[in-house]
Formats: sequence, C-alpha cells, structure tokens
Amino acid sequence: MLLHIAIRPARATPAMMRDAVRTAIGEAPVTKGKVKLDLPPIVENGNSVPCTVTVESPMTATDYVKAIHVFNEKNPQPNVISVKLGPRAGRAAFTTRIRLADSQTVTAIAEMSDGSCWSDDVDVIVTLAACVEESIK
Amino acid sequence: MARALIHVPPTAKRGEVIEIKTLISHVMETGYRIGVTGKPIPRDIIDDFVCTYNGEEVFRAKLYPAIAANPFISFFTVATESGTLAFSWTDQHGATQVQTAAITVE
Repeated sequence: MLLHIAIRPARATPAMMRDAVRTAIGEAPVTKGKVKLDLPPIVENGNSVPCTVTVESPMTATDYVKAIHVFNEKNPQPNVISVKLGPRAGRAAFTTRIRLADSQTVTAIAEMSDGSCWSDDVDVIVTLAACVEESIK
Repeated sequence: MARALIHVPPTAKRGEVIEIKTLISHVMETGYRIGVTGKPIPRDIIDDFVCTYNGEEVFRAKLYPAIAANPFISFFTVATESGTLAFSWTDQHGATQVQTAAITVE
C-alpha cells in the first residue's frame, strides 16, 4: 500500500483548480448560489460517482445558462466536465458519472447568458479511490 | 468505435421538456494508471459529445479523464418538432461515432 502512495502521479492542487476555473470562465466573479451540485457525501467507489448539476434558470431566449463546468481539487487534472447549453435545453441540468482520486471538494460553476457566474461546492469522502494501477485480471 | 445506448422518448408534446440519456462503452483510460508491466497505460478518452436536434446543436460536453469509464450523460431538451436527434462522440484520436433517434412531436 505504501508503494502505491509512492508511485502515485502528481495531483492537481487547489491552485491548479483556480487556474482551470479562470481558463474556463475568465475573470468573472463567482457567487455562491443558484447551482446545486449533487454528489453522495460518502463515496464507496471513486471509479464511478454519480454527479448531477442543476441550475436555477428560466431557460428563455434572453435568460439562460450558457455553460456549466465541474472542477475538482485532487484528481491528477482539475477539470471534470464542461457542458455547453442554451435556451433549447429547457432545463439547465445534467447527470454523469465521475472519477474521484481522493476525498476532496468538488465545485460546479454555471455561466449565465448575462455573464454572471454562480457556483456550488460539495465535500466528498472517498473510501476507495479511483485506481491508479491496472487491475490484475 | 463502440456500442452506444440512447434513451429518447419516442413521442412528446410540443414544448415539453424531455430527458435524454446516453451511454457509450469506452474505457476512458486516464493516462495516469500504471500497468502491470510498470509502464503508464496510454491515455485514451472520448473528449467531445454533441447532441443535435434536426441539425441544431442543443447540448455539447467536453469530457476529461475524470469521467468514469463507459461515459453516461443525461440532459434535457425541449421537444420542438418531429425529427431526428443525432448524438456524436469523438475520441482524442478524432474518431467519431454517430447514433440517431427519432422523435414524434404531437
């Protein structure tokens, strides 16, 4: 087990996550609210974690969600998924399954059509991390 | 490329918000795992997913290695008219798989 820790590749850091956020949304200020990130608080298997993001928005032609991004702190890479939508979506929400390499904070950020950005953070505890070595078949 | 499963309601009322579910079988190899030989396993992921409704883009996702194997994505769209929804997945090598589903709007 110790050996596994020793050969584990470099991880993203909170600073890398901040950089990834700025690359995705630019310098726009991010306010907490309007976004709901749904993740189980305790994850048994980090290889497949259900992740749902829902954003409060009327999704009309003039007031809609442009994009939703999900970031993490401690996977090897800070980006998880970036979604583009528009008024045709009807509802600003999506679900996917993600990998989590460790207990950490996951952040979802929504970009609105007026340029404002909203976010939600969730702390997750991961008991079995997404594996970094090949399984023996 | 791989087997894909799509769920689109076959019929819908005009203006109804419908949920679409998609899943494609793919390893989504992160490139960070070490193989049994001690060498890293090369990265192999699907990085782009697009859904079009009668040719108009309604949803697009950029995927990273943090997406679990066999990427599942569900999302919503407004049923505007009868026609075809086309789903395309593109991997990092540029290979694209397209699958379509028909919808009747009353």
